[in-house]
Amino acid sequence: MNNILVFCEVTEEQHIAEVSLELCSKARKLADRLNSRLDAIVIGNEIENIEGQLYPYGVDSIFYLSDSRLSFYQTLPFFSTLTKIIKEETPDIVLFGATSVGRDLAPRIASYLRCGLTADCTSLEIGDHTDAKTKTVYKDILYQIRPAFGGNIIATIVSPETRPQMATVREGVMKKEIYNENHKGEVHNLKAEDYVNEGDFCIEIIERQIEAQKINIKGAPIIVAGGYGMGSKENFALLHELANAIGGEVGATRAAVDAGFTENERQIGQTGITVRPKLYIACGISGAVQHRAGMDQSSKIISINTDPNAPINAIADYTIIGDVMDVLPKMIKSIKN
Amino acid sequence: MNNKEFQIVVLAKQVPDTHNVGKDAMKEDGTINRAALPAIFNPDDLKALEMALACKDALKDIMPVKVTIITMGPSRAAEIIRESMFRGADNGFVVSDRRFAGSDTLATSYALSAAVKKLGKIDIVFSGRQAIDGDTAQVGPQVAEKLEIPQITYAEDLLYVAEDEIVIKRRLERGVETVKTGFPVLVTVHGNANDCRPRHAKLLMTNKKACSVSEVLERQQSMEDMEALWAKKPFLKIEEWNADDINPDFERLGLTGSPTKVKSIENVVLTSKENKKINNSESEINELMKELVSAHII
Ligand SMILES: Cc1cc2nc3c(=O)[nH]c(=O)nc-3n(C[C@H](O)[C@H](O)[C@H](O)COP(=O)(O)OP(=O)(O)OC[C@H]3O[C@@H](n4cnc5c(N)ncnc54)[C@H](O)[C@@H]3O)c2cc1C
Ligand SMILES: Cc1cc2nc3c(=O)[nH]c(=O)nc-3n(C[C@H](O)[C@H](O)[C@H](O)COP(=O)(O)OP(=O)(O)OC[C@H]3O[C@@H](n4cnc5c(N)ncnc54)[C@H](O)[C@@H]3O)c2cc1C
Repeated sequence: MNNILVFCEVTEEQHIAEVSLELCSKARKLADRLNSRLDAIVIGNEIENIEGQLYPYGVDSIFYLSDSRLSFYQTLPFFSTLTKIIKEETPDIVLFGATSVGRDLAPRIASYLRCGLTADCTSLEIGDHTDAKTKTVYKDILYQIRPAFGGNIIATIVSPETRPQMATVREGVMKKEIYNENHKGEVHNLKAEDYVNEGDFCIEIIERQIEAQKINIKGAPIIVAGGYGMGSKENFALLHELANAIGGEVGATRAAVDAGFTENERQIGQTGITVRPKLYIACGISGAVQHRAGMDQSSKIISINTDPNAPINAIADYTIIGDVMDVLPKMIKSIKN
Repeated sequence: MNNKEFQIVVLAKQVPDTHNVGKDAMKEDGTINRAALPAIFNPDDLKALEMALACKDALKDIMPVKVTIITMGPSRAAEIIRESMFRGADNGFVVSDRRFAGSDTLATSYALSAAVKKLGKIDIVFSGRQAIDGDTAQVGPQVAEKLEIPQITYAEDLLYVAEDEIVIKRRLERGVETVKTGFPVLVTVHGNANDCRPRHAKLLMTNKKACSVSEVLERQQSMEDMEALWAKKPFLKIEEWNADDINPDFERLGLTGSPTKVKSIENVVLTSKENKKINNSESEINELMKELVSAHII
């Protein structure tokens, strides 16, 4: 078969994770391009309404394994289930979220199947590839595009010979889009005893402390982000004021987080969150490559900076040269009128 | 005291310092031109070394413990083994061969696991979560699979270790999880874990002369003198293994053993979009906000 399989992660709140829905949206487009079926695999404990959560994103069949021991992710039972399903269904492409779960699971599976795995892709495309030495042409394979070397280069990686072609993708990189509200597929219920071994439970989870998800900058259509140039925690209040007025959230650079201006959860960039809002307002941000890696896909960028030569200005659609403490009140005043 | 020796391996990589990357950093075939960059101890791997040394501290009163470093790379990677010895590691192996060139994570983990197997029975393998050059975080879990042992990823804190079990706190996106398991196990260590202890003055003195055969040749030192020293103090010899030494299936090494191929590489350059300069005046800022509203952006 030349189907595409998406590993669908289940959140602490027992929903299909955002990143998995984003992947399904992308995989649906790839499946249409390849004329193939889109499969999803869900492993957990009595998750409600998975059909309703997945079919609108274009999933054709769901492989579902529910077991009381699998309320939380554990490497080996998930590994055993996925490797067996992949052997049975022989998908052409398998995709995972680049989350703590996906990055634990996918490499172990790729190692077992001896196939290629590309980490942290920022783009996936279908195309042809000619081997430089043998001149063999591979038709319609997966281009896996990822930053590497600390974000200083972008590499296109292919795995021409081995199947499945596997990749992980960060949350927020692909767009979540409803394919068709009325799309319907089928569910295959898997029995745990057919897929999981007793020995797979050799690592015992003693305790879990999970914080409630309160800040949601990833899904925000508008982000007002502050950098070290904001100067203080008190000044960050202006960003919240502007964000509230225009229906956005507040983001930050690592320098601002390190200086204690705001919470860690707001950090955008290579070691923070990747966002792609409609509008990104960068306030007192220089635009280091590690920061840009998390925001340069924003549709419109406004930069407010005292330095006309700040690198962020080069990717901005609008630049306002000035002190944030002077410019921000003017913007707030303008929008409130 | 139990006289079975507890065996800990730390996988450590010498990496180019990715903070300063210039145009000459990549070769035409898409591989890294390491010679053009300063080389450092991969930061997560130093933390992995610390966790290994903490295990040794906790266990050394009940049984002998040995911490061995394995690194795959060019011969100058012996530097990080010496550095580890200054901090408390017992010995190390440089796995080095041109036949490893072009390895992706699958071929890298295959070679590393073959080297670990050569050491015999191992209780814990520590690795970093991620190397700062390839940035994939794939090698740890892949080595665990090749050794057919369980894995604990993103270890942030070692809570407890005894001769038959280990308790570790793992870092997840939105919290932490505490897990317990027996041995053998592979643990990947997160950047939040404790920093590595500094060099120990006494260990620095004892191990200062540790080096490998390649290093002796490179520095054009007298091989005879070194052989004499190694005969007296064998721990000063940093062993080197080539591909033949780890008994591999040669098809699974290097480029042939790597399913992923780098099709193309692009340097990130700032693309200047059409950029509008807005004056810092009430009227121009007003105009901008109006424009954004009418374009349904806000
Ligand atoms: C491995 C690694 C990972 C990293 N990951 C991330 C990451 O995920 N996210 C991230 O953001 N960074 C990350 N960084 C850090 C990054 O390299 C930069 O140091 C950081 O982004 C700089 O933040 P900044 O722009 O707020 O501060 P600065 O670089 O100090 O810039 C401050 C800017 O504010 C301007 N300014 C000063 N005062 C004013 C004023 N009154 N009004 C207007 N403008 C003013 C200045 O002109 C300057 O341009 C990482 C670094 C490394 C090495
Ligand atoms: C631009 C570019 C993109 C790449 N993308 C991919 C990709 O998507 N998929 C892929 O399979 N390969 C990829 N590679 C190849 C990959 O970087 C190498 O295989 C590399 O040797 C191992 O991967 P890593 O640096 O990501 O290590 P990681 O998996 O991030 O390393 C994790 C830990 O494993 C241990 N470790 C790793 N390497 C060694 C070593 N040599 N010696 C000792 N311990 C080690 C360390 O403890 C380290 O902290 C890419 C290479 C380049 C240049």
